[in-house]
Amino acid sequence: MGSRIRVGVEDEKGAQRGMPSFNSELPISNSCYTEGNAIDTFHVSDFGAFGQSYRLEDAVDLSGNPDSVFNSLKVSGQTISPGPVRISALDKLPTSLDNSPLTNQTQLYRLRLTKLQSSNLGSGTILSGHTENQEESVMADASPRTDISTDVDTDDKNQRFDQNQSLVAVGSDSSDRSKDKSDQKTLRRLAQNREAARKSRLRKKAYVQQLESSRLKLTQLEQELQRARQQGVFISSSGEQTHSLSGNGAMQFDAEYARWLEEQNRQINELRAAVNSHASDTELRMIVDGILAHYDEIFRLKGVAAKADVFHLLSGMWKTPAERCFLWLGGFRSSELLKLLVSQLEPLTEQQLMGITNLQQSSQQAEDALSQGMEALQQSLAETLSTGAPSSSGSSGNVANYMGQMAMAMGKLGTLEGFIRQADNLRQQTLQQMHRILTTRQSARALLAIHDYFSRLRALSSLWLARPRD
Amino acid sequence: MDRVKDLASKKAAVIFTKSSCCMCHSIKQLFYELGASPAVYELDNDSSYGREMEWALKGLGCNPSVPAVFIGGKFVGSSKDVISLHVDGSLKQMLMDAKAIWF
Repeated sequence: MGSRIRVGVEDEKGAQRGMPSFNSELPISNSCYTEGNAIDTFHVSDFGAFGQSYRLEDAVDLSGNPDSVFNSLKVSGQTISPGPVRISALDKLPTSLDNSPLTNQTQLYRLRLTKLQSSNLGSGTILSGHTENQEESVMADASPRTDISTDVDTDDKNQRFDQNQSLVAVGSDSSDRSKDKSDQKTLRRLAQNREAARKSRLRKKAYVQQLESSRLKLTQLEQELQRARQQGVFISSSGEQTHSLSGNGAMQFDAEYARWLEEQNRQINELRAAVNSHASDTELRMIVDGILAHYDEIFRLKGVAAKADVFHLLSGMWKTPAERCFLWLGGFRSSELLKLLVSQLEPLTEQQLMGITNLQQSSQQAEDALSQGMEALQQSLAETLSTGAPSSSGSSGNVANYMGQMAMAMGKLGTLEGFIRQADNLRQQTLQQMHRILTTRQSARALLAIHDYFSRLRALSSLWLARPRD
Repeated sequence: MDRVKDLASKKAAVIFTKSSCCMCHSIKQLFYELGASPAVYELDNDSSYGREMEWALKGLGCNPSVPAVFIGGKFVGSSKDVISLHVDGSLKQMLMDAKAIWF
């Protein structure tokens, strides 16, 4: 095909246009041209040899030997009519390369070229343009050209693309402006492709970085988890939790409890202000009812937490150390609380005093009953786990024994939840009964006293933890 | 059901339990503390009627099925109900009314 290599070096100033103009913004691999720079591209259809152009570069020696370039063009067996090829432009090339304000890039570019040459010398033979190859390559090249430009992975291909573009400097054609326009478009398109490829690469880089940091974070979290596990915090590793307390029941409860405390503080402050300002009974009753309802809320939360992690509640780790000292079945002792309150609630009527005393006694009895039940549970559990006399029936019998033991013990552990529930039930009932016995104002004072007691315990815990040690 | 009702009416305070149930132990202790001497029927030791009775108790709404408390032949409830009633003094009153205790 007698076609002309129009490499877009059209006029004098095209000498600079003709050569790759380096945009300092673009990475070096894209440095062959930039959008808008009139390095006209060549029509793919015009010369099939350039379908294999990414091999041709092997032969292209831009490092300044115009003759060898010209020769390599000839090798392609296509009539790449060198007529319009302005070798002079090529002559200028090396110098213009040198004179380019972006000398570094040009040198890098040259280096790449030479590198590629040395590595791909063998493939110079491809330039024997078989017809079939030519056609295929024409087709293949139509897309690869764009593909190459958007391929983010293969630097090699980019290089080849670069080499592709290097060919534009090989020859020039200054006539036929109308074709130039479409060439311009193609150039622009290619430039855009380049840009897209670059952006894609940058995106990939960012994504990989994100992955790396996430991975780091993951290992950190795993370490934390390990540490927390060692401290006996229950961490659910199963993914099958469907109820609201998904994931770590203990941690979730701790968070909920913290929130509950905050809200309680707020309510108590409100109550205190109302009491001090001698607010009306109605107003007091509203606040008191609110506080009691808030207590209901923590008992409800504890119920949920007991299902998720009964041992966390039993351990009292969600409370401060000093509070933990007085821990009974995962919470406070109602009877103790009432003992403290009696002195603070005076004056009480006879009936009230009797009521409070009875209440104290009842709660004590219930506490004892529950404690005895717990003792029975402990004993039963110990018995279950200790009956392990090696049977004479051999190892299989032992295993069956063991499994049976474990199954029984598991069942017994399951009843712990029930005990915590009843203990909380007792606390809840006691508070409500107390409210029933007392007047609104007395209830207010009682609630304030209870809160003050516990907050002092918490403060004591803080002091204790912060105490200077020798 | 009939058997349950039958047994429950025989004494002023009746508790249905299971030997393995420790909460039942707690409720029994509470009754003893109050001075009552409840009749205790262990369902797991009743090979013939045990399961049936448990079913009947569940049908009454007792969850868990044991401990199930009857006072004066009437169904009172499980541990939760018993504790609630005890705290507000009703349990004692019920026992007194049923002549299970005297003071």
